[in-house]
Amino acid sequence: MTKITFSVNGESRTIETDPLRRLLDVLREDLGLTGVKEGCAEGECGACSVIKDGLLVNSCMVPIGTCEGARIVTPEGLRETDRGRTIIDAYADSGAVQCGFCTPGMMMATEALLEKNSQPSEAEAREALSGNLCRCTGYDMIVEGVLKAAERGKGLW
Amino acid sequence: MKAQISTPIRRVDAKDKTSGAARYLADMSFEGMLYAKAVRSERPRAKILRIEVPRLPEGYTYVDASDIPAGGKNKIEMIKDDWPVFADKEVRFVGETLALIVGPDRGMLNRLCREVKVEYQDLEPALTIDEAESLKGGAIHGTDNLYADYNLRKGDPEEAFKKADRIIEDEISTGYQEHIYMEPQGVVARPEADGKLGVYFSGQCPFYVRHAVAGAMGVDEEMVRVQQAVTGGAFGGKEHYPDVISTSLAVAARKVGRPVGYFFDRVEDISYTPKRHPSRTTFRTAVDERGNVLAMDIDVKLNAGAYESCSMVVLQRAIFSVNSVYDIQNVKIRGRAFATNNVPSDAYRGFGAPQGLFAMEVHMSHLARTLGLSDLKYKSRHLIKKGGLTVTNGRIHEEVKLPEMIERIDEMSDYRRKVKEFKKGSWRGVGFSMFNHGSGFTGNGEQEIIRGVVKMRKRSDGLVDLLVSNVEMGQGLQTTFRKIAAMVLDLPVDQVVYNDPNTDLVPDSGPTCASRSIAIVGYLVQEAAKKLKARWGEEGEVLVEHRYAHPPRLHWDQEKLDGDAYPSYGWGINVIEVEVDPLTYEVETKGIWAIHDVGVAIDEKVVEGQVDGGIIQALGYGSLEKLEVKDGRFQQRTMADYTIPTSMDFPRIKSALVDNPYEYGPFGAKGAGELVFDGAAAAFADAVQMAIDRDISRIPVTPEYIMEVYEND
Repeated sequence: MTKITFSVNGESRTIETDPLRRLLDVLREDLGLTGVKEGCAEGECGACSVIKDGLLVNSCMVPIGTCEGARIVTPEGLRETDRGRTIIDAYADSGAVQCGFCTPGMMMATEALLEKNSQPSEAEAREALSGNLCRCTGYDMIVEGVLKAAERGKGLW
Repeated sequence: MKAQISTPIRRVDAKDKTSGAARYLADMSFEGMLYAKAVRSERPRAKILRIEVPRLPEGYTYVDASDIPAGGKNKIEMIKDDWPVFADKEVRFVGETLALIVGPDRGMLNRLCREVKVEYQDLEPALTIDEAESLKGGAIHGTDNLYADYNLRKGDPEEAFKKADRIIEDEISTGYQEHIYMEPQGVVARPEADGKLGVYFSGQCPFYVRHAVAGAMGVDEEMVRVQQAVTGGAFGGKEHYPDVISTSLAVAARKVGRPVGYFFDRVEDISYTPKRHPSRTTFRTAVDERGNVLAMDIDVKLNAGAYESCSMVVLQRAIFSVNSVYDIQNVKIRGRAFATNNVPSDAYRGFGAPQGLFAMEVHMSHLARTLGLSDLKYKSRHLIKKGGLTVTNGRIHEEVKLPEMIERIDEMSDYRRKVKEFKKGSWRGVGFSMFNHGSGFTGNGEQEIIRGVVKMRKRSDGLVDLLVSNVEMGQGLQTTFRKIAAMVLDLPVDQVVYNDPNTDLVPDSGPTCASRSIAIVGYLVQEAAKKLKARWGEEGEVLVEHRYAHPPRLHWDQEKLDGDAYPSYGWGINVIEVEVDPLTYEVETKGIWAIHDVGVAIDEKVVEGQVDGGIIQALGYGSLEKLEVKDGRFQQRTMADYTIPTSMDFPRIKSALVDNPYEYGPFGAKGAGELVFDGAAAAFADAVQMAIDRDISRIPVTPEYIMEVYEND
């Protein structure tokens, strides 16, 4: 058991746990942040995407022991921001959501992209989403959602 | 002219899903819940001689067939009931459930399951269609390994074959496909305070689960209450398989007297849950001196796996689809579904139709290539028209708009010009496919088996409850059903309440499958809303219901499989342009165009979303999703080995719709969810054929397969 202090959605958290536990499980089970989904547990699908210290990561591949002092943002945090609300609305207006299981992860990937590149091209948007799998939409409307968020959110990123 | 209802609205579930607020099954909490893990067969075919269970730690329980309550049955009642809840005498596929271990810690459960020692007497498995046909190892099912063996006949094929100028033979095959819904399978069973057994699940068919659980437990169906949770994709993969999980879990929950949850991990889900049926179709086609088809003799074989489940109905749809949109005057069709020692094949978007349609479309393109004729002109000569006879001797009752759709998609894609410009074998190709899909259950399903009911209630607070058993699983039903009711009642969409169904609260309007939710149940919603509207002025609560009635013009003989197999059809055309790398044989898709007739779109954006998703899923099926079996095990078991399309693999789709209102559909709508899957694999294969000037006869069309075709020629 190790004591780990890190920030989740701007709030400081200290937990005592096995350092090899996955960040995904800590978020879902210990902190009740179920917007982070488990789709594959092997870093392939991106449903568990969160932002760790500014980088998009698959939380199923991150041992909690590596999170000491880290700043984690989950869908629950992002949705409370203007950026999050802009992405959520842009997705809704673009038809980007079907079953929705991949969508919180897609939102995190969108945020990570726009943080680096606030006016991406379609090709750049496709590349930024390529670590997040979706089986329903064929991606076109999600890409449209990313571009719409970028357009509407000028000045936010 | 576009119908008013087609104007898109925001999906009602979009914000909650994106923000992570929507609660899927694994996000819900059940006080005191234990977890379950299956002890699974490691052999494809064997007798079980002995099972040695390790000493379980405190709080862990072993559950097997001996725990099925008195009066219950060790059978899962699906369409057939040959699949046992727990294997107890023999195993028929790798991964079959022998027992569950239940307890609090999932890591411990994995360990305990591995420690169960099973002593088998191995039998020789039959894994391929050929092995099943030759009864390798003795029959698995009956005396001939055939779950179903059907013969269809139209016209006088024997006589027509005598007049043939030429007879052309062909063989087309398709592989397995795994659903890869993003949310893996999951079920929670809980003994409830009112004595009922509660089942919470991710899936498509609440009343199927209720029926299966009641049968296994030996209780009245009313003693089982099934609640659907927000469902993260299904595509047919959650049509019957939740019955398999729920039945064993119900036995476990009753035994331990606590909620028990089973959440599959991805490896387990890919390795042991059902897949799309692999198929092999052979054609003998008689043509006249101009190349026109006089007759076809077609043999369709499906690899149905270790238990029948729904395979005979999948086979029906496969053979009913095997002339696709073409009116072949004289046809003989045999269809067989073979028992093999693989994971049972089961429902997957299209339910047999994609296999039949792919085979026919590719065969038609082979005929055109063999005869040196233009693909599109050749296909157009054989198109079915309104009033035309189907392979089951039913009629096409609706206007067939394919000629108009051909012109539209040619304008969109520049198909005809590209055919001229891209010379055969120039490593560039453009492919064309046409297809149709019957909406609703096959044959007598809607009128005699399901007989769906919808209820609608005006509440005293003025809101309207829409009571149906069909589920939102990503396809937009929460939005489209509300739109239908709201438009009839002239209410804002948010005044129609439609919760994820609970079998205690909603009538059985049938399962969510077969492109029936809009075309069949949506019509019931519309008709119920009309009844409610007529009584809108009444004080207080008003409850109305509407039951399915078969359109009077349709006839069907289930014994002979003769008549109108479907009430209506959706129609479509896909065009795909590719470039093949002459060194690596990798294929780059340069363009995708689609046009569909779904009657009237209840929401254009929702339908467009289905089109996009269906086409990309079909391109995965046609080009990269390879699932191989070795010794009865799938060789691809993770999302790294079994790859589905990413956002980088295909370009943006350009699609259009044509209106063709269907008189028994809500606002004229027909089914769309499966139709949009049906054509892209054939168009892709056709495009590759042009690029390399060789026949393509199977999917997935991988670079390895292209190399084989190109270099062995």
